[in-house]
Amino acid sequence: MIEGILIGLTTALTFQNILMVMVGCFFGTIIGMLPGLGPMTAIALMIPITYGFDPATGLILMAGVYYGAVFGGSTSSILLNAPGVPGTVATSFDGYPMAQQGKAGKALAIAAWSSFAGGTLSAIYLLFMAPSLSKVSLSFRSPDYFALMILGLTAIAAFSSKGQFLKAMMMVVLGLMLASVGQDSLSDITRFTFNNMNLTDGISFVLVVMATFAMSEALTIILKRNDPTSAAKQVSLTELGSIKINKEERTKMYKTIPRSSVIGFLIGVLPGAGATIASFLAYGMERNVVSDDEKEKFGKGSVNGLSAPETANNAACSGSFVPMLTLGIPGSGTTAVMLGALLGFGVQPGPRLYMTNPEIFWSIIMSMYIGMVILLILNLPLIPYIARILAVPKNYLIPLILFFSVTGIYVMSFNNFDIYLMIGIAVVATFLRLYDFPMPPLILAFVLGGLMEENLRRSLLLSNGSWEFLWDRTLTACILATTILIVVWHIYKTFKKKY
Amino acid sequence: MNINTTKIISLLFFIFSAFYLYTAYQIQVFAFDENAPFNARTFPIYLGYAGLFFSGLKLILPDPNTIKVDHKNLEYKKTGILILIAIIYGATILKVGYFLTTSLFLFASYYFLGERRWILMFLLSFPFVAAFMYLLHGILDIYLRDPFLQSIGVMG
Repeated sequence: MIEGILIGLTTALTFQNILMVMVGCFFGTIIGMLPGLGPMTAIALMIPITYGFDPATGLILMAGVYYGAVFGGSTSSILLNAPGVPGTVATSFDGYPMAQQGKAGKALAIAAWSSFAGGTLSAIYLLFMAPSLSKVSLSFRSPDYFALMILGLTAIAAFSSKGQFLKAMMMVVLGLMLASVGQDSLSDITRFTFNNMNLTDGISFVLVVMATFAMSEALTIILKRNDPTSAAKQVSLTELGSIKINKEERTKMYKTIPRSSVIGFLIGVLPGAGATIASFLAYGMERNVVSDDEKEKFGKGSVNGLSAPETANNAACSGSFVPMLTLGIPGSGTTAVMLGALLGFGVQPGPRLYMTNPEIFWSIIMSMYIGMVILLILNLPLIPYIARILAVPKNYLIPLILFFSVTGIYVMSFNNFDIYLMIGIAVVATFLRLYDFPMPPLILAFVLGGLMEENLRRSLLLSNGSWEFLWDRTLTACILATTILIVVWHIYKTFKKKY
Repeated sequence: MNINTTKIISLLFFIFSAFYLYTAYQIQVFAFDENAPFNARTFPIYLGYAGLFFSGLKLILPDPNTIKVDHKNLEYKKTGILILIAIIYGATILKVGYFLTTSLFLFASYYFLGERRWILMFLLSFPFVAAFMYLLHGILDIYLRDPFLQSIGVMG
């Protein structure tokens, strides 16, 4: 492991990679502050640029954008009660009341230090957990992987759907259907191409991400007459006050941060869960463990109430890298986008990644420490200045997002068919978004589609076409039983709500 | 059963899944693969059934969280124009080239979204695209074919 850490440090500490962490954190913070534009959009816009770099640098850039966005989302949560990303909703419960009491600077400082500590601690957990889990997952066989992928897809549908489980499952199936277009990986037989040569290689992953996130979010903003930049304009005008944290507040944070980081990390590791659930759980747990006097302050500007979700949401970001790096199965929509990008680089994530590509595996982990320091420097003194950059009118922001989306696709294929296809998918996605059909399950399914078919193929061939492989191994059966429980529970809940 | 837009979308998805399933059964596989435990059409067939299952459930089961969209408040005109500009962009980029098409795409998008600060609009289109093109073409070595710039001798 020491050798790996040294390889990671050597890679992460090159000038180019430090620069990429800085660019990623800066860009992520900006996007995170804009309500409506999440980390997936930010990462999607970055993908075409990352293909100009080596895989480690590309992934370091995307990881920087990811935790930068979660970090930045807390700013608009605290100052405006308008969370930039869902993972920072719980931050507003105590952050916003604190800002209203004239302690906006202090609230931002508590959030920044908690995020820093949460991210750093979880990077340490990741450092120890990822190699061990990689070794365990080497014993996984095709049926286990197949069952694990079904569990991951079901879990993301269950957690990201806001009570609309069936809609999310329809999106999962749609994502898998889109992934099935093109040549079959083994026999080279073309499927669903309708004799169109442009579809022979399948639909590009970048195209689907750009269409369902960047382009569709831009169209949704125009369609709903939203103005994400208005929040930034207000942030730039807010008086922050002192950013000093006193001894009593520090003592409270010392107790809150370790327990919230553990919760955040563990929730982040679970497929489909993530920063939002982690922050709510940490907030709820913190409320239960503090003294009765402190409990009274929750919702009115409690230090513990602000520190807990901020620690947990950043810890969850690092946690979500565990299944992606060790199993090759992303735990969230955002890590699914990164997995897709890694596959685009020709790198196969999974248990062997840390042996075959140690520089990628370890440099991502190492770059997280650097990223956390950069975010701390960025978020505390520079927030009002970043907000001023952000206060560009919507009339410029939207065309620029569309420009990066369309250019991103064009430079990858030099083909106008892909532009038309992207517009078509974006229009359908925009319409589906209006009716609360979630997009992250579609992306996760699209990324996993090929791998899932491959593992099902191996499992069925090994078992001579029998479906017994699903319960032959205890591990497979347990994973599958969990999946069935999730499906049955959510369908039962739909019935119960009505009757 | 209430008929709302979500149910209509589910019905469309049901029909789409049925079509997908039909097409999956039409996939030509090699003769020796026809009776194999797994061939090129196996996975799509399962997907087709899964699509029918989930959209069918959505159609049949009650919808406790009905989504109501106020269409009067939606900005269809500007959204439609932006989509149209993007389609025109796709139709012209190969013939005209990256620089001019992309610059005009940005300029037109700013204009139709209501922007009228001409100098800023110009700066954030033509020089901006030129700088971006230099980044891609000159620094990142990503080749961008541009008949327009070639015709005026700017690009080799």
